[in-house]
Amino acid sequence: MSTAFEHPTYNYKVVRQFAIMTVVWGIVGMSLGVILAAQLVWPELNLGLPWTSFGRLRPLHTNAVIFAFGGSALMATSYYVVQRTCQTRLISDKLAAFTFWGWQAVIISAIITLPMGFTTSKEYAELEWPINILIAVVWVSYAIVFLGTIKQRKTSHIYVANWFYAAFILTIAVLHIVNNLAIPVEAFNSYSIYPGAIDAMVQWWWGHNAVGFFLTAGFLGMMYYFVPKQAERPIYSYRLSIVHFWALITTYMWAGAHHLHYTALPDWAQSVGMVMSIILLAPSWGGMINGMMTLSGAWHKLRTDPTLRFLVVALSFYGMSTFEGPMMAVKTVNALSHYTDWTIGHVHAGALGWVAMISIGSMYHLIPRLFGGTEMHSVKLIAVHFWLSTIGTVLYIAAMWVNGILQGLMWRAVNPDGTLMYTFIEAVEASGPGYIVRWVGGLFWVTGMLIMAYNVYMTVKRSEERGAIPQAA
Amino acid sequence: MDMGTFRGITALLILIAFLGIVAWAYSRRRKKDFDEAANLPFADDDEMPNRDQASRNEADSRHDRGDKNR
Ligand code: HEM
Ligand code: HEM
Repeated sequence: MSTAFEHPTYNYKVVRQFAIMTVVWGIVGMSLGVILAAQLVWPELNLGLPWTSFGRLRPLHTNAVIFAFGGSALMATSYYVVQRTCQTRLISDKLAAFTFWGWQAVIISAIITLPMGFTTSKEYAELEWPINILIAVVWVSYAIVFLGTIKQRKTSHIYVANWFYAAFILTIAVLHIVNNLAIPVEAFNSYSIYPGAIDAMVQWWWGHNAVGFFLTAGFLGMMYYFVPKQAERPIYSYRLSIVHFWALITTYMWAGAHHLHYTALPDWAQSVGMVMSIILLAPSWGGMINGMMTLSGAWHKLRTDPTLRFLVVALSFYGMSTFEGPMMAVKTVNALSHYTDWTIGHVHAGALGWVAMISIGSMYHLIPRLFGGTEMHSVKLIAVHFWLSTIGTVLYIAAMWVNGILQGLMWRAVNPDGTLMYTFIEAVEASGPGYIVRWVGGLFWVTGMLIMAYNVYMTVKRSEERGAIPQAA
Repeated sequence: MDMGTFRGITALLILIAFLGIVAWAYSRRRKKDFDEAANLPFADDDEMPNRDQASRNEADSRHDRGDKNR
């Protein structure tokens, strides 16, 4: 990459690196999702090999999309936003470079160890202890760079996006370290220090807050910068954003027990999880409304600006999944939805609709600016990408709703004499068509990501051909 | 103290904290600060605003006078 676009004040190099890797890991992670989706339709696709079996590729998918794709997007945007809103350079270029290379090393280790079958068996925390130590070191460095930069800011206020990013970074540091406390017995084998039900509670305290702080708070930080920027209007209500912040982070912490309904967890803990989840609807929608209303007076821009469309549709899916979540947290609803594809649909309404779309919208704003321009190579291709992603998401979640409710109802149907009406395999067979639709939805998504990669490539090439472009208008 | 009282007191404390934050955020005294903070994304203008000239003017005038939504 040419150094012709070095910004006089800011460190854009590390932002560029993370931004490019966001696209790369997005393609890798989503392709793995498509492979998993295909395996559920055609089981022979596991090739009969242990390394390519569903059980080993599934955690690879979740790690690749959440930590590689989502993580790179969060690090790219947080470094960009913190510099621009604090009007100062990152405190240390060296430490920032370490977070980039360290994070890539974590991802590569995951790509190697997970297919080999090394796992702690904790969901979203599968990586074994040596990698966990590396994650902790990289993450603490990330926190130092980010918070240190805020500390030496040239502005008197700390913009709200930075509050969300900071909460995300600090919480993930604490959660990661506490949840992964383990006793190593071999190079890639360890045992959690927590016993039984306590281990489950700690695991889902992590699991849920990985959703709440990694997949939500961090991306809300993105929302609070890139939606106003792309709409060219300040956030609808800054006051609401403050209430949003405090209400969201205090409530999220206590909702994790909704992942453990009807288990050995004490009943009162399950009830707390349920009640807190329902309360969580309010701050979630407060944030969504704040983002949406920022467009008031600028709605016409949606017609011509597909980047803005990505950002706004992401907010709609965020609203949808944060309505669905509290509903699924009600114990009687969860009795139907748990273990079924409904959960998978909810996950991807959040993951594709919210996380991926807000990231992609932010990237389309960010990438041209990192390479000395303001516009991607082709706005038309952004529009194509937008439609592919939207249709892909709708296909995915509609198929999973149908499958989920179907499975839930078939599993609980009983004959008058009390025996089960359907065998398990009958429910699997009934899910077949839904799995095909989900796979097609995944193909839409990956196609869109490949178009994005081409568009990004052309944007970078264009700016290299033009040579040094003065950044100042 | 039995569990019920304990829960009642916790709920009350959280309610008070929440109302406190709302009162603070919406107090008139904070308005000027918040308006400044809300414009921070537009404060460094070393880049050309998005596309056409019209929207550029819009962003510039907002930059000077603060929020146009009101
Ligand atoms: C092309 C797009 C994608 C496809 C086709 C896809 C497909 C899949 C499949 C087939 C599964 C396994 C479901 C099962 O076990 O029944 C899965 C799980 C999962 N995926 Fe994706 N995925 C995609 C994108 C994403 C993205 C972008 C994210 C996150 C940002 C994500 C997060 C997850 C998570 C968290 C799980 C585990 C869910 C659970 O355990 O409840 N996926 N995905
Ligand atoms: C108010 C907000 C939300 C609430 C109350 C909520 C609630 C729930 C509930 C009840 C489940 C099912 C647990 C089970 O039966 O096993 C679930 C699963 C899940 N949700 Fe949400 N949700 C919310 C928002 C989101 C968002 C925005 C995302 C973003 C990506 C998300 C990602 C997930 C994931 C990944 C799982 C699957 C966990 C697993 O079993 O592996 N949720 N959520």
